[in-house]
Amino acid sequence: MKAVLTVVGRDMVGILADVSAECAARSVNIVEVSQSVLQDLFCMIMLVDVRECPLSLAEFADLMSAKGREKGLAIHVMHEDIFKTMHQI
Amino acid sequence: MLNTRDILETIRMIQDENLDIRTITMGISLLDCADSDINKACTKIHAKISRLAENLVCVGDDIGREYGIPIINKRVAVTPIAMLLAASGGAPVAYARTLERAAQDVGVNFIGGYSALVQKGFAAGDEALIRSIPEALAATEHVCSSVNIGSTKAGINMDAVALMGRIIRECAERTADRNCIGAAKLVAFCNAPEDNPFMAGAFHGAGEPDCVVNVGVSGPGVVRNAIAKIADADITEIADVVKKTAFKITRIGQLVATQAAERLGVPFGIVDLSLAPTPAVGDSVAYILEEMGLEQCGAHGTTAALALLNDAVKKGGVMASSHVGGLSGAFIPVSEDAGMIAAARSGVLSIEKLEAMTAVCSVGLDMIVVPGDTPAEVLSAVLADEAAIGMVNGKTTAVRLIPAIGRGVGEELEFGGLLGSGPVMPLNTKSPAKFISRGGRIPAPIHSLKN
Repeated sequence: MKAVLTVVGRDMVGILADVSAECAARSVNIVEVSQSVLQDLFCMIMLVDVRECPLSLAEFADLMSAKGREKGLAIHVMHEDIFKTMHQI
Repeated sequence: MLNTRDILETIRMIQDENLDIRTITMGISLLDCADSDINKACTKIHAKISRLAENLVCVGDDIGREYGIPIINKRVAVTPIAMLLAASGGAPVAYARTLERAAQDVGVNFIGGYSALVQKGFAAGDEALIRSIPEALAATEHVCSSVNIGSTKAGINMDAVALMGRIIRECAERTADRNCIGAAKLVAFCNAPEDNPFMAGAFHGAGEPDCVVNVGVSGPGVVRNAIAKIADADITEIADVVKKTAFKITRIGQLVATQAAERLGVPFGIVDLSLAPTPAVGDSVAYILEEMGLEQCGAHGTTAALALLNDAVKKGGVMASSHVGGLSGAFIPVSEDAGMIAAARSGVLSIEKLEAMTAVCSVGLDMIVVPGDTPAEVLSAVLADEAAIGMVNGKTTAVRLIPAIGRGVGEELEFGGLLGSGPVMPLNTKSPAKFISRGGRIPAPIHSLKN
């Protein structure tokens, strides 16, 4: 099962490292990453595989969103099906 | 592969444009709970709702968290209670108290089905149930009630229309100290759908399966923003953009509905592809109409703009879901829509214009606050007019009027939450008393010679 993880916030050192470390700690495999910095705004979209994650997707989403809040970042983890359903027929 | 633009579009719809799933409503048949002993019937009802809806709220919350889409309400709709009252007799309010207790136990926001279907006449239980509605709605918080007083096939039951005027007034009077909230939990229908997931009119029709999951989507803010991006487009392009947007919104509803059905182990019923506003700024159907180019909702042109919107929403949504049903269309509840509230307050939006709008949109005269001294027969006459529009046009219409007891034009009622607030709107005060007191039935309309 794959999920889309998005990170939006003010650019600072170590965002990518922090997010990947959290993923690795939960056995969440990063499949794809796309990232851009527009002016000061950091925006990253990751496709992650959560099959091996011991947490449920809802728990993982809550955890990442709480970790994001600590650093002033908006982190959302959403099941990839919501995007597929909306944009692919 | 997903592309970045699509991902960001979905996230923007949810984060900035108030896209949400308005409700997951579980429909539960109570026909097998009927008993000649009302106490036994109530025990069976409580047991069945508790068993089937036990996980409804947590499944809804889990889906919301996993998919990142807010699911605002979880609700239960049951078989019209008048059918059970027909078998048991007794004091109907016992059923309302049972539904209230079951709703609290399973944690849902509302439970609908304290209802009767009387379009052609009163059967056993129907009249007693209707007469008990004011007491039932004053004594409970979560119970919603509806009465179907007409249909295209049966005509309009004018005895029921006359009775409902008095019942609506009494609902408001009994809850006058709570902003007349009783009347906000009661809706009178013509052509009531049996699979509607939206309150206050949700009930589980007799032709429905034992248990079913229906989902209502929302998203006026998304449609408005999509139109705002094509500022100089012609009307054809606007209709196309609304269709595409409605398709995307409804796809989310379909996904959530199939997931909820699978996890709850009950069949998926329908997606109701409605644009349901909330009082939140940016979540308004009136603003969509204004975005199309009207200075304010209620101006001439509003009916045409709404007709376009309602039709395009249906066309876009139908392909996005395997089963569409319920009320499906644009809702125009005055107190629940920031743009409608503003238009009503400024006097641009009148009740006559709203009535015209209901001929082309989903549902009807919804959440309209009227003067507290409005006689019951005037309320009945408003209902008769609205039902006539539904009956002749073969569509669902409904009336949810709230007489603001002790208040008049220029004052407001504040309900709070999703129900919002509404200015008291003036009604025509000429008396329809004799017309309403005649009783009888308006015959079903002819289906040929269409003019």
